[in-house]
Amino acid sequence: MNRGTGTRDWGVVKKLLILSLFGIYFCLPTSVFCSEKWPGVDESVVEKYAKEHGREAWTPFINTDQGDLLLFVFLLAGAVGGFVAGYSWRMLIVEKAPGIKEAAQKKKS
Amino acid sequence: MNIFKIKSRSLWIASLFLQVLATPAHAMHIAEGILPFNWAALWFAVAVPFVAIGIRRLNALAKDDLSFKPLVGLMAAVVFIISCMPIPVPTAGTCSHPCGTGIASILVGPFVSILITSVALLIQALFLAHGGLTTWGADIVSMGVVGSFAAWFTFKGLRRLGAGLAVSGFMAGLLADWGTYLTTSVELASGIRGDAPFLPLFWKILIAFIPTQLPLGILEGAMTAGMVVLLYKKRPDLLVKMKVLRAEEVAV
Repeated sequence: MNRGTGTRDWGVVKKLLILSLFGIYFCLPTSVFCSEKWPGVDESVVEKYAKEHGREAWTPFINTDQGDLLLFVFLLAGAVGGFVAGYSWRMLIVEKAPGIKEAAQKKKS
Repeated sequence: MNIFKIKSRSLWIASLFLQVLATPAHAMHIAEGILPFNWAALWFAVAVPFVAIGIRRLNALAKDDLSFKPLVGLMAAVVFIISCMPIPVPTAGTCSHPCGTGIASILVGPFVSILITSVALLIQALFLAHGGLTTWGADIVSMGVVGSFAAWFTFKGLRRLGAGLAVSGFMAGLLADWGTYLTTSVELASGIRGDAPFLPLFWKILIAFIPTQLPLGILEGAMTAGMVVLLYKKRPDLLVKMKVLRAEEVAV
Protein backbone atom coordinates (compact mmCIF):
# COMPACT_ATOMS: atom_id res chain seq x y z
CA MET A 1 0.00 0.00 0.00
CA ASN A 2 1.26 3.44 -0.87
CA ARG A 3 1.74 5.04 2.51
CA GLY A 4 1.84 8.60 1.14
CA THR A 5 -1.43 8.24 -0.75
CA GLY A 6 -3.06 6.64 2.25
CA THR A 7 -2.16 9.59 4.44
CA ARG A 8 -3.47 12.02 1.82
CA ASP A 9 -6.75 10.08 1.54
CA TRP A 10 -7.14 10.14 5.30
CA GLY A 11 -6.53 13.90 5.23
CA VAL A 12 -9.32 14.37 2.66
CA VAL A 13 -11.67 12.14 4.68
CA LYS A 14 -10.90 14.16 7.82
CA LYS A 15 -11.60 17.45 6.03
CA LEU A 16 -14.89 16.11 4.63
CA LEU A 17 -15.88 14.84 8.07
CA ILE A 18 -15.20 18.21 9.70
CA LEU A 19 -17.07 20.04 6.92
CA SER A 20 -20.10 17.75 7.19
CA LEU A 21 -20.13 18.11 10.98
CA PHE A 22 -20.16 21.90 10.60
CA GLY A 23 -22.91 21.57 7.99
CA ILE A 24 -25.08 19.40 10.24
CA TYR A 25 -24.44 21.74 13.18
CA PHE A 26 -25.54 24.88 11.39
CA CYS A 27 -28.39 23.34 9.38
CA LEU A 28 -30.08 21.83 12.41
CA PRO A 29 -33.41 23.50 13.16
CA THR A 30 -33.35 25.71 16.23
CA SER A 31 -34.83 24.22 19.34
CA VAL A 32 -38.53 24.41 20.11
CA PHE A 33 -37.60 25.72 23.55
CA CYS A 34 -36.88 29.20 22.21
CA SER A 35 -39.51 31.49 20.79
CA GLU A 36 -36.96 34.10 19.73
CA LYS A 37 -34.12 33.21 17.35
CA TRP A 38 -30.63 32.90 18.82
CA PRO A 39 -30.94 34.89 22.05
CA GLY A 40 -27.82 34.94 24.20
CA VAL A 41 -27.84 33.11 27.51
CA ASP A 42 -27.61 36.54 29.12
CA GLU A 43 -31.17 37.16 27.90
CA SER A 44 -32.55 33.63 28.00
CA VAL A 45 -31.12 32.75 31.42
CA VAL A 46 -29.44 35.57 33.38
CA GLU A 47 -31.82 38.47 32.67
CA LYS A 48 -34.90 36.21 32.57
CA TYR A 49 -34.37 34.85 36.10
CA ALA A 50 -33.18 38.22 37.40
CA LYS A 51 -36.38 39.83 36.11
CA GLU A 52 -38.48 37.09 37.74
CA HIS A 53 -36.87 38.07 41.05
CA GLY A 54 -37.30 41.81 40.58
CA ARG A 55 -33.80 42.68 39.30
CA GLU A 56 -33.44 44.30 35.91
CA ALA A 57 -30.29 45.09 33.97
CA TRP A 58 -29.30 48.76 33.82
CA THR A 59 -28.35 50.57 30.67
CA PRO A 60 -24.54 50.32 30.34
CA PHE A 61 -22.57 53.37 31.56
CA ILE A 62 -21.19 53.83 28.05
CA ASN A 63 -24.11 52.66 25.98
CA THR A 64 -22.83 51.43 22.65
CA ASP A 65 -25.90 49.24 22.17
CA GLN A 66 -27.55 51.75 19.84
CA GLY A 67 -28.27 50.90 16.23
CA ASP A 68 -25.20 49.84 14.30
CA LEU A 69 -22.84 51.43 16.83
CA LEU A 70 -22.43 48.11 18.65
CA LEU A 71 -21.62 46.41 15.37
CA PHE A 72 -18.93 49.01 14.72
CA VAL A 73 -17.44 48.66 18.21
CA PHE A 74 -17.35 44.88 17.87
CA LEU A 75 -15.74 45.16 14.47
CA LEU A 76 -13.11 47.50 15.89
CA ALA A 77 -12.50 45.23 18.89
CA GLY A 78 -12.22 42.23 16.56
CA ALA A 79 -9.73 44.05 14.35
CA VAL A 80 -7.55 45.14 17.28
CA GLY A 81 -7.80 41.71 18.97
CA GLY A 82 -7.04 39.94 15.70
CA PHE A 83 -4.04 42.18 15.04
CA VAL A 84 -2.63 41.64 18.56
CA ALA A 85 -3.17 37.88 18.27
CA GLY A 86 -1.53 37.73 14.83
CA TYR A 87 1.38 39.96 15.85
CA SER A 88 2.05 38.03 19.07
CA TRP A 89 1.82 34.73 17.20
CA ARG A 90 4.38 36.00 14.69
CA MET A 91 6.68 37.11 17.53
CA LEU A 92 6.37 33.75 19.24
CA ILE A 93 6.38 31.31 16.36
CA VAL A 94 7.98 32.98 13.38
CA GLU A 95 10.52 35.27 15.01
CA LYS A 96 10.81 32.93 18.03
CA ALA A 97 10.35 35.86 20.44
CA PRO A 98 12.88 38.66 21.08
CA GLY A 99 14.69 36.90 23.89
CA ILE A 100 15.45 33.84 21.83
CA LYS A 101 16.40 35.89 18.77
CA GLU A 102 18.88 37.98 20.75
CA ALA A 103 20.32 34.91 22.42
CA ALA A 104 20.78 33.26 19.02
CA GLN A 105 22.49 36.39 17.62
CA LYS A 106 24.82 36.57 20.65
CA LYS A 107 25.72 32.92 20.19
CA LYS A 108 26.57 33.55 16.52
CA SER A 109 28.79 36.55 17.25
CA MET B 1 8.80 35.79 0.47
CA ASN B 2 8.81 34.87 4.13
CA ILE B 3 7.53 38.34 4.99
CA PHE B 4 4.61 37.89 2.58
CA LYS B 5 3.84 34.56 4.19
CA ILE B 6 3.89 36.12 7.67
CA LYS B 7 1.75 39.07 6.56
CA SER B 8 -0.80 36.90 4.82
CA ARG B 9 -1.04 34.62 7.87
CA SER B 10 -1.55 37.59 10.21
CA LEU B 11 -4.13 39.08 7.84
CA TRP B 12 -5.88 35.74 7.57
CA ILE B 13 -6.10 35.40 11.37
CA ALA B 14 -7.29 39.02 11.69
CA SER B 15 -9.95 38.62 9.00
CA LEU B 16 -11.19 35.37 10.55
CA PHE B 17 -11.67 37.09 13.89
CA LEU B 18 -13.35 40.04 12.17
CA GLN B 19 -15.84 37.80 10.42
CA VAL B 20 -16.62 35.90 13.58
CA LEU B 21 -16.93 38.97 15.76
CA ALA B 22 -19.06 41.10 13.48
CA THR B 23 -22.24 40.48 15.45
CA PRO B 24 -23.57 42.03 18.65
CA ALA B 25 -22.73 40.16 21.82
CA HIS B 26 -25.00 37.66 23.48
CA ALA B 27 -23.16 36.23 26.40
CA MET B 28 -23.04 34.97 29.89
CA HIS B 29 -21.36 37.88 31.69
CA ILE B 30 -23.72 39.15 34.37
CA ALA B 31 -25.14 42.42 33.03
CA GLU B 32 -24.87 45.84 34.67
CA GLY B 33 -26.99 46.28 37.79
CA ILE B 34 -28.29 42.71 38.05
CA LEU B 35 -26.57 42.04 41.39
CA PRO B 36 -27.48 44.03 44.51
CA PHE B 37 -24.75 46.28 45.93
CA ASN B 38 -23.70 44.02 48.83
CA TRP B 39 -23.26 40.98 46.59
CA ALA B 40 -21.44 42.99 43.91
CA ALA B 41 -19.08 44.35 46.62
CA LEU B 42 -18.46 40.87 48.02
CA TRP B 43 -17.40 39.50 44.62
CA PHE B 44 -15.12 42.51 44.13
CA ALA B 45 -13.48 41.75 47.48
CA VAL B 46 -12.98 38.13 46.46
CA ALA B 47 -11.48 39.09 43.09
CA VAL B 48 -9.04 41.82 44.23
CA PRO B 49 -6.34 39.60 45.88
CA PHE B 50 -6.22 37.30 42.85
CA VAL B 51 -5.80 40.25 40.46
CA ALA B 52 -3.09 41.76 42.71
CA ILE B 53 -1.13 38.50 42.75
CA GLY B 54 -1.60 38.32 38.97
CA ILE B 55 0.03 41.77 38.54
CA ARG B 56 3.00 40.77 40.74
CA ARG B 57 3.41 37.47 38.93
CA LEU B 58 3.29 39.14 35.50
CA ASN B 59 5.97 41.67 36.49
CA ALA B 60 8.22 38.97 37.93
CA LEU B 61 7.90 36.67 34.91
CA ALA B 62 8.30 39.47 32.34
CA LYS B 63 11.55 40.55 34.03
CA ASP B 64 13.05 37.07 33.76
CA ASP B 65 12.03 36.20 30.25
CA LEU B 66 11.41 38.45 27.25
CA SER B 67 9.41 35.84 25.37
CA PHE B 68 6.78 35.94 28.12
CA LYS B 69 5.36 39.25 26.87
CA PRO B 70 4.29 38.07 23.39
CA LEU B 71 2.80 34.97 25.00
CA VAL B 72 0.77 37.13 27.40
CA GLY B 73 -0.21 39.36 24.45
CA LEU B 74 -1.42 36.34 22.52
CA MET B 75 -3.35 34.95 25.47
CA ALA B 76 -4.92 38.36 26.23
CA ALA B 77 -6.12 38.63 22.63
CA VAL B 78 -7.38 35.04 22.70
CA VAL B 79 -9.32 35.49 25.97
CA PHE B 80 -10.74 38.85 24.84
CA ILE B 81 -11.86 37.56 21.45
CA ILE B 82 -13.14 34.17 22.58
CA SER B 83 -15.08 35.60 25.53
CA CYS B 84 -17.06 37.98 23.33
CA MET B 85 -17.57 35.62 20.43
CA PRO B 86 -21.21 34.50 20.33
CA ILE B 87 -21.51 30.93 19.07
CA PRO B 88 -24.93 29.64 18.05
CA VAL B 89 -25.95 26.32 19.60
CA PRO B 90 -28.68 24.86 17.34
CA THR B 91 -29.69 22.17 19.84
CA ALA B 92 -30.64 24.91 22.31
CA GLY B 93 -31.52 27.68 19.85
CA THR B 94 -29.39 30.11 21.85
CA CYS B 95 -25.98 31.74 21.61
CA SER B 96 -23.18 31.82 24.13
CA HIS B 97 -19.42 31.97 24.18
CA PRO B 98 -16.47 29.94 25.41
CA CYS B 99 -14.16 31.58 27.97
CA GLY B 100 -10.59 31.07 26.76
CA THR B 101 -9.33 30.91 30.33
CA GLY B 102 -8.43 27.24 29.99
CA ILE B 103 -5.66 27.77 27.46
CA ALA B 104 -4.48 30.99 29.15
CA SER B 105 -4.21 29.28 32.52
CA ILE B 106 -2.27 26.31 31.13
CA LEU B 107 0.24 28.52 29.31
CA VAL B 108 0.78 31.54 31.57
CA GLY B 109 -0.45 30.21 34.92
CA PRO B 110 -3.74 30.82 36.76
CA PHE B 111 -2.88 34.20 38.32
CA VAL B 112 -1.73 35.87 35.09
CA SER B 113 -4.76 34.31 33.42
CA ILE B 114 -6.99 36.00 36.02
CA LEU B 115 -5.31 39.34 35.32
CA ILE B 116 -5.76 38.92 31.56
CA THR B 117 -9.41 38.00 32.07
CA SER B 118 -10.10 41.00 34.27
CA VAL B 119 -8.66 43.38 31.66
CA ALA B 120 -10.69 41.71 28.90
CA LEU B 121 -13.85 41.91 31.03
CA LEU B 122 -13.23 45.58 31.81
CA ILE B 123 -12.88 46.52 28.13
CA GLN B 124 -16.00 44.53 27.29
CA ALA B 125 -17.98 46.16 30.12
CA LEU B 126 -16.83 49.65 29.16
CA PHE B 127 -17.19 49.63 25.41
CA LEU B 128 -19.05 46.55 24.23
CA ALA B 129 -22.17 46.67 26.47
CA HIS B 130 -21.07 43.19 27.53
CA GLY B 131 -21.08 42.47 31.26
CA GLY B 132 -20.99 45.47 33.57
CA LEU B 133 -18.82 47.60 35.81
CA THR B 134 -20.89 46.84 38.91
CA THR B 135 -20.75 43.13 38.13
CA TRP B 136 -17.08 43.19 37.09
CA GLY B 137 -15.95 41.52 40.34
CA ALA B 138 -18.50 38.70 39.99
CA ASP B 139 -17.51 38.15 36.36
CA ILE B 140 -13.80 38.07 37.31
CA VAL B 141 -14.51 35.44 39.97
CA SER B 142 -16.58 33.19 37.70
CA MET B 143 -14.61 33.42 34.49
CA GLY B 144 -11.18 34.44 35.77
CA VAL B 145 -10.67 32.80 39.14
CA VAL B 146 -12.79 29.65 38.85
CA GLY B 147 -12.19 29.17 35.12
CA SER B 148 -8.42 29.55 35.44
CA PHE B 149 -7.98 27.41 38.54
CA ALA B 150 -10.35 24.68 37.28
CA ALA B 151 -8.28 24.45 34.09
CA TRP B 152 -4.93 24.59 35.87
CA PHE B 153 -5.73 21.94 38.49
CA THR B 154 -7.33 19.67 35.89
CA PHE B 155 -4.40 19.97 33.49
CA LYS B 156 -1.71 19.49 36.15
CA GLY B 157 -3.63 16.67 37.82
CA LEU B 158 -4.21 14.75 34.60
CA ARG B 159 -0.61 15.23 33.46
CA ARG B 160 0.59 13.88 36.79
CA LEU B 161 -1.65 10.85 36.28
CA GLY B 162 0.04 10.27 32.93
CA ALA B 163 -2.62 11.62 30.56
CA GLY B 164 -1.52 12.96 27.18
CA LEU B 165 -1.23 16.62 26.32
CA ALA B 166 -4.37 16.67 24.16
CA VAL B 167 -6.56 14.83 26.69
CA SER B 168 -5.37 17.02 29.57
CA GLY B 169 -5.90 20.16 27.47
CA PHE B 170 -9.38 19.03 26.45
CA MET B 171 -10.48 18.29 30.02
CA ALA B 172 -8.95 21.57 31.25
CA GLY B 173 -10.89 23.60 28.67
CA LEU B 174 -14.09 21.67 29.34
CA LEU B 175 -13.96 22.12 33.11
CA ALA B 176 -12.90 25.78 32.84
CA ASP B 177 -16.06 26.44 30.83
CA TRP B 178 -18.42 24.41 32.99
CA GLY B 179 -16.83 25.72 36.19
CA THR B 180 -17.41 29.28 35.00
CA TYR B 181 -21.11 28.72 34.39
CA LEU B 182 -21.51 26.81 37.64
CA THR B 183 -20.08 29.82 39.48
CA THR B 184 -22.25 32.24 37.50
CA SER B 185 -25.25 30.21 38.67
CA VAL B 186 -24.09 30.51 42.30
CA GLU B 187 -23.49 34.26 41.96
CA LEU B 188 -26.80 34.88 40.25
CA ALA B 189 -28.88 32.70 42.56
CA SER B 190 -27.33 34.17 45.70
CA GLY B 191 -27.66 37.74 44.41
CA ILE B 192 -31.20 37.79 43.06
CA ARG B 193 -33.02 35.33 45.33
CA GLY B 194 -34.23 37.88 47.91
CA ASP B 195 -36.17 35.85 50.50
CA ALA B 196 -36.47 32.79 48.28
CA PRO B 197 -34.40 29.70 49.17
CA PHE B 198 -31.02 29.48 47.44
CA LEU B 199 -30.84 25.88 46.21
CA PRO B 200 -34.02 25.62 44.08
CA LEU B 201 -33.13 28.83 42.25
CA PHE B 202 -29.50 27.73 41.83
CA TRP B 203 -30.57 24.42 40.23
CA LYS B 204 -33.10 26.22 38.04
CA ILE B 205 -30.43 28.58 36.66
CA LEU B 206 -27.82 25.84 36.29
CA ILE B 207 -30.23 23.57 34.41
CA ALA B 208 -31.18 26.48 32.14
CA PHE B 209 -27.49 26.91 31.23
CA ILE B 210 -26.98 23.22 30.40
CA PRO B 211 -28.45 22.98 26.85
CA THR B 212 -26.16 25.79 25.69
CA GLN B 213 -23.06 25.22 27.78
CA LEU B 214 -22.85 21.44 27.51
CA PRO B 215 -21.88 21.53 23.81
CA LEU B 216 -19.95 24.78 24.17
CA GLY B 217 -17.84 23.26 26.95
CA ILE B 218 -16.94 20.40 24.61
CA LEU B 219 -16.05 22.96 21.93
CA GLU B 220 -13.90 24.87 24.41
CA GLY B 221 -12.17 21.62 25.38
CA ALA B 222 -11.41 20.87 21.73
CA MET B 223 -10.11 24.42 21.16
CA THR B 224 -7.87 24.23 24.23
CA ALA B 225 -6.48 20.82 23.26
CA GLY B 226 -5.89 22.05 19.70
CA MET B 227 -3.98 25.12 20.85
CA VAL B 228 -1.79 23.19 23.30
CA VAL B 229 -0.94 20.59 20.66
CA LEU B 230 -0.27 23.30 18.06
CA LEU B 231 2.13 25.08 20.41
CA TYR B 232 3.77 21.75 21.21
CA LYS B 233 4.44 21.26 17.50
CA LYS B 234 5.61 24.83 16.87
CA ARG B 235 7.37 25.87 20.08
CA PRO B 236 7.93 22.92 22.45
CA ASP B 237 10.71 24.92 24.16
CA LEU B 238 8.11 27.52 25.18
CA LEU B 239 5.98 24.84 26.83
CA VAL B 240 9.04 23.66 28.74
CA LYS B 241 9.83 27.22 29.81
CA MET B 242 6.26 27.73 31.01
CA LYS B 243 6.48 24.40 32.89
CA VAL B 244 3.70 22.87 30.84
CA LEU B 245 6.08 20.07 29.82
CA ARG B 246 9.32 18.67 31.27
CA ALA B 247 12.46 19.05 29.14
CA GLU B 248 12.88 15.27 28.81
CA GLU B 249 9.39 14.99 27.30
CA VAL B 250 10.42 17.30 24.44
CA ALA B 251 13.90 15.92 23.87
CA VAL B 252 12.55 12.63 22.48
